[in-house]
Amino acid sequence: MDFATLGITVLWTFLYSYVVIASIDFGAGFYNFYAKLTGKDNIITPIITRYLNPVWEVTNVFFVFFFVGIVGFFPDTAYYLGTVLLIPASISLIMLAIRGSYYAFNQYAKDSNMVWAFLYGVTGLFIPASLSVALVIAEGGFIEETASGLDLDFIELFFNGYAWSVVFLAVISVLYISSGFLLFYSNRAKAYEAVKLTRTWFLTWTIPMLVITQFVFIELRATNREHFDNATQNYWYLFLLSFVFMLVAIYLVYKKKNYGVAFIMIMLQFATAFFGYGVSKLPYILYPFIELDSVVNDSMAIALVIAFVLGLLLLIPSLIMLMRLFLFDKDYVQGKE
Amino acid sequence: MEDVLIGRILTGLTLGVHILYATIGVGIPLLIMVLEFLGIKKNDYHYLTMARRIAMGYTVTVAVGVVTGTIIGLQLSLIWPEFMQLAGHIIALPLFMETFAFFFEAIFLGIYLYTWDRFTNRWHHWYLTIPVVFGAGISAVFITMVNSFMNSPAGFDIVDGALVNVDPLKAMFNPSMPERVFHVLVTAYMTAAFIMASIAAFKLLKAKFDEDREYHKKGLKFMMIIGLIMSALTLLAGDLSAKYLHENQPEKLAAMEWHFETESNADLILFGVLDEEAQETKGAIHIPSALSILSDWKPSTEVTGLNDIPEDEWPPLVIHYFFDVMVFFGMFGLGVSILYFILHFFKKDFLYSTPMLYLYILTGPLSFLAIEAGWFTAELGRQPWIVRGYMRVSEAITEASGLGLTLILFGILYFVLVTTTILVMTRMFKDKSATKSQIEYYGKESLDETGGRF
Repeated sequence: MDFATLGITVLWTFLYSYVVIASIDFGAGFYNFYAKLTGKDNIITPIITRYLNPVWEVTNVFFVFFFVGIVGFFPDTAYYLGTVLLIPASISLIMLAIRGSYYAFNQYAKDSNMVWAFLYGVTGLFIPASLSVALVIAEGGFIEETASGLDLDFIELFFNGYAWSVVFLAVISVLYISSGFLLFYSNRAKAYEAVKLTRTWFLTWTIPMLVITQFVFIELRATNREHFDNATQNYWYLFLLSFVFMLVAIYLVYKKKNYGVAFIMIMLQFATAFFGYGVSKLPYILYPFIELDSVVNDSMAIALVIAFVLGLLLLIPSLIMLMRLFLFDKDYVQGKE
Repeated sequence: MEDVLIGRILTGLTLGVHILYATIGVGIPLLIMVLEFLGIKKNDYHYLTMARRIAMGYTVTVAVGVVTGTIIGLQLSLIWPEFMQLAGHIIALPLFMETFAFFFEAIFLGIYLYTWDRFTNRWHHWYLTIPVVFGAGISAVFITMVNSFMNSPAGFDIVDGALVNVDPLKAMFNPSMPERVFHVLVTAYMTAAFIMASIAAFKLLKAKFDEDREYHKKGLKFMMIIGLIMSALTLLAGDLSAKYLHENQPEKLAAMEWHFETESNADLILFGVLDEEAQETKGAIHIPSALSILSDWKPSTEVTGLNDIPEDEWPPLVIHYFFDVMVFFGMFGLGVSILYFILHFFKKDFLYSTPMLYLYILTGPLSFLAIEAGWFTAELGRQPWIVRGYMRVSEAITEASGLGLTLILFGILYFVLVTTTILVMTRMFKDKSATKSQIEYYGKESLDETGGRF
């Protein structure tokens, strides 16, 4: 495997991890607010708090990993994406900032009120929506390279069907993944009222999920035909698998059994679709400006890979410890400690 | 306004805010570590409660620090895309490793905060402070490496406009790295200690909870010890930095000191006003030969003046003031902590007198001002370069439009974040005495022994 392939695989895996972990976090914030609004917060809020408290900072790091990693492995992306994303990424950053800080103020300072819950919940939907715009731009057709530099065509972006379908996909995925996880976590916590609630949420979001994925395919066809053809002709089996995993997840949840396996199915559903989307786009990273061969020089690539492996050796045991203490420790999950 | 100026203001604003949280983020874990150690070792509930209360407040600042850190990480690519393109090729390694270090710290901090009562053996909980202190410190090391690279780039060659012979390790361990890393770490520990000293002194002055007096006196003494050690090391770090600059970045030292003519027996100039045309200073204090000694131990050292440096490579001369502020406020804490111990040993009656308490209170905020002034000196002193000798700031600025709007939005954001942090932190501790916290953490029985011991 060459460094370019290795690099993009590592980065894509980080991004996938961020998508799953952050979706849980983003969605939890929204559900927390929704529950407060409908007077059901005493059922679900303790569960959400117990999960989020120790892990939320970890979530953020996956995002940082991705954008620091991509500058390291593919420095040209810093120039192209850095230039065109000034406004969209700044908006995402501001919302991430509001969300992160107000979560801390709310939790640690025990200073909870409706406004903060609102900010925390709503930014949870807007952030994935705004971040997903970066993926849309990477499909090409929105950047003009002129004599004076690069320009992002905001009008084109705003009226683009693909852009909107991806934005909705992002929001729906957040609510779908998050309710799937909260269902599993409530069940472990033996909080049966919360199980009932989250199960309904999950089943509710399966239908929009199915619908929006169809739209994304149709719109991709119009936006980047090359990518669409590659996806449907060469990697169709990944998307088929994704669909099968989704059906299994829905079946398990519907039959009220094995929520843990159901969540693994959800993760696999997204893994196959996400990697299918990614691999079918190659060799382009930013269509048509940046391809895989723009990878960084060999000595930096080797250094990054070594650092990555050593870093993982340090992190994986620590993460396992974190999960054993807070995710898989029965007493903690059930709120006995 | 020019784009490059807006870009610089926005970056400066983000870093100016981030450095407050980052300094606390790097410095406080060491305090918590030592406090919990003392608490367990001496069976002293005061120290344990102190560690725990500080950790509680620390969480809030870490959370905001994570946020501002994420912002600067991405904003560098947004405002300075061509710089990050170059950086990606040469200095990406420490940036990448910093995320690992922070990740490591975040994991253990999460565990630390939520497991105070989960271990039967208290030392097991204390062990968790090691990765937190280590992760926080090494994060600062990695980031300072990147910043040092901008000052003293190394580890690559440019042949016909193309980057060749890239050596990531050489770039990381660039010439200015050792002094700057040392400087950043000790000042962070110093500032954290003085901030906590300020709070302890403030509580003693206010005397809202009588039962807390012992607790805060103990805290003040502890912070003064750490503050004294770290500010003494800061003095050394500052001295080493000056010697480094003399050797490798003479234009920065010359601009800090308004030193125009290359000469030996060079004076150290404090404050004053500059007549830039005549290259003369008014109202400044001159210390004969001190600049030469600061540069290389002896008065005969020849110090390069600005006139021997092309004028389009001069840093802005205003850094003289930032430099003076850094030195004075940075050394303020050293002076106060020395005074504290003189009184402690010879004149105990004055130790907690009102004027002394005011002096202690000033140490924290003034240390913060010194940190800010120090970074302004360092960053403005690198101008006009973003990577010294290779890329100018004006070449690196983004071509995208909308920088002005971005500046306004982030300005509002930072204002709200900083004010809310202060409000929330005050509210967290205002109505809760340390004694009350101790009862909450360790039960009423823990109060029975005098001095908070068993």
